[in-house]
Amino acid sequence: MFFNDDHNDIRALAREFAEKELAPIANEIDQNDEVPQRIYDLMAEMGFFGLKIPEEYGGLGLDTRSYVCVMEEICKKSIAASLVMSSCNSLSTAPMLLAGTEEQKQKYIPKIASGEEFMAFGLTEPGAGSDAASMTTRAVEDGDSYILNGRKCFITGAPFAQNTVIFAKTSPEKGAKGITSFIVDMSLPGVSVGKHEDKMGLRGVATSDVVLEDVRVPKDCILGEIDRGFITAMKTLNTGRIGVSCQGIGVAQGAMDEAVPYMKERKQFGQRLADFQGLRFLMADCEARLNAARLSVYNAAYMMDMKEDATKAASMAKYFATETGLDIVSKCLQMFGGYGYVKEYPIERMYRDARVLTIFEGTSQVQQIVIAGELFGR
Amino acid sequence: MNILVCIKQVPDIEKIKVDSAKKVMIMDGVPNIVNQFDTYALETAVRIKDADPATKVFVVTMGPAQTKDAMKSCLSVGADRAYMVTDDVMNDSDTLATSYVLSAAAKAIEAREGVTFDLILCGKQAADGDTGHVGPQLAEYLNYPQITSASEITVDGGKVSARRPTDEGAEVVAAVLPAVVTMSQTAYEPRYASVKTKMAANRAEIPVLTAADLSLDAAGVGLAGSPSKVIKTFVPERKKGGLKIQEETGELSAQKLTALLSDAGVI
Repeated sequence: MFFNDDHNDIRALAREFAEKELAPIANEIDQNDEVPQRIYDLMAEMGFFGLKIPEEYGGLGLDTRSYVCVMEEICKKSIAASLVMSSCNSLSTAPMLLAGTEEQKQKYIPKIASGEEFMAFGLTEPGAGSDAASMTTRAVEDGDSYILNGRKCFITGAPFAQNTVIFAKTSPEKGAKGITSFIVDMSLPGVSVGKHEDKMGLRGVATSDVVLEDVRVPKDCILGEIDRGFITAMKTLNTGRIGVSCQGIGVAQGAMDEAVPYMKERKQFGQRLADFQGLRFLMADCEARLNAARLSVYNAAYMMDMKEDATKAASMAKYFATETGLDIVSKCLQMFGGYGYVKEYPIERMYRDARVLTIFEGTSQVQQIVIAGELFGR
Repeated sequence: MNILVCIKQVPDIEKIKVDSAKKVMIMDGVPNIVNQFDTYALETAVRIKDADPATKVFVVTMGPAQTKDAMKSCLSVGADRAYMVTDDVMNDSDTLATSYVLSAAAKAIEAREGVTFDLILCGKQAADGDTGHVGPQLAEYLNYPQITSASEITVDGGKVSARRPTDEGAEVVAAVLPAVVTMSQTAYEPRYASVKTKMAANRAEIPVLTAADLSLDAAGVGLAGSPSKVIKTFVPERKKGGLKIQEETGELSAQKLTALLSDAGVI
């Protein structure tokens, strides 16, 4: 009901890629803390980086459901491998598509679609997480430039990004209405990246601070209007939610795919785990809730494709799919008993990978604020 | 240069399960794929095109309507044009009848497209029938030289030279074009489709040729044109488990083997 033949073919292509290329190395990616370049090259060639990017900027101009199909299949095997592609289709390009000039779009987006360059998204700060508007990074006008000072943290891909969209206060007295977004070349004097965060999961894609010390950013790198950056940030995060919700349903399905065959093999008390009614009911519950989560994601994607307001639907999908997904992965891990707690089985990694989903790109609590705001008014 | 690659759609044998009680293969829900050796043949052709963009790669298959999926799959990984040969009169064709049809199809496609095929590539055998007959028989029908089971080919100066792996190593043989070459596994893997090529393949027109289009002799196709007769099919009995001798040293292993053979009265 949600998908046509093209969607199904795109899904089949992504599934083949994930099963052949990602499944065999998913644990290796985690242990080496690195996604091999070969994988990125393949994903770029297959067009995954530019799925949603408009054709005039080197992408395929496909709909949100096409993106959902690819993300879901990749995340069944490795969420880490989905991070860069998800960013290219949302956080990296949405700010420019929403607020950029034609020149900026032509300059940056095609290279992101082709995988040549990566654009990081610098919003979060040590003291400004969910409360992004309380950021302290400053941008002060100086002739034909702005001088940026501050520190961004937990920036996915910052260590290998050529550019980062940085949000900084240009009119601090105006709060959220005094924030401007800039495209910052990471090779500019005064830009440095902090140490790579030693993350619990999603290992394989480096995350670090971006430190800005008297960085002179030319005015043609201002993205959108002065003091209008916070709107760009919030709209960008809206588009990102669907990607994280796909990670939730993908990893949950991946965990089910591990647990079900194991339960058919593993025997205790003289019978298979799959024969214990208590465990059968528990897994039936997981299956039913995963189905509901999946439908909430598909529904939000469909609404986006129909150009309906999907703010609430996307927040609900992100909230429900990640909370449910995390719980399903945890239940599946439980089926493995002690083996679920050792790195020999993929379920251990899946659990660590899934844990961040209820945190990044808007915590579950922020999603609840958004949903409640739609219910009661803000 | 124009290359024709002959394709067979086969069940994905890795997904076939066996009902051990009834001793039959469970074919329900088994997806159809392009025969693996044929994918190596196609990849080989597309690599020739990569090196020489003037090259055109055509694919052809004989089979029922659902072989369209195989054709779309080939178009998504580099084939320029795909033809299906589909006609109920061809049902139950054996390898001889199949190669007769394919030889006629090759000629018909040449006429329609206004080209001549310099090279015809096939997989060396199909995953279902496993006979390895069609490539060689096709060469005979066309009266072209043939090279079988090649793992690598190069085309130069009106000739194709092929590397054929053997038990001892490999031999390199050459044939004058036009020629038929059947491919075994290559050192390279077939490429993936991209989202773009996949969607383009979905929209491509795939012409269907019938027996009438090929002016075939009815006696040469289908069951009537098939000299091979299947007497019966059965699941072979499993051999009883052998005995593995692995003592600490080779000498001890040899002693154990001779003792066993001696006890059995063999030596």
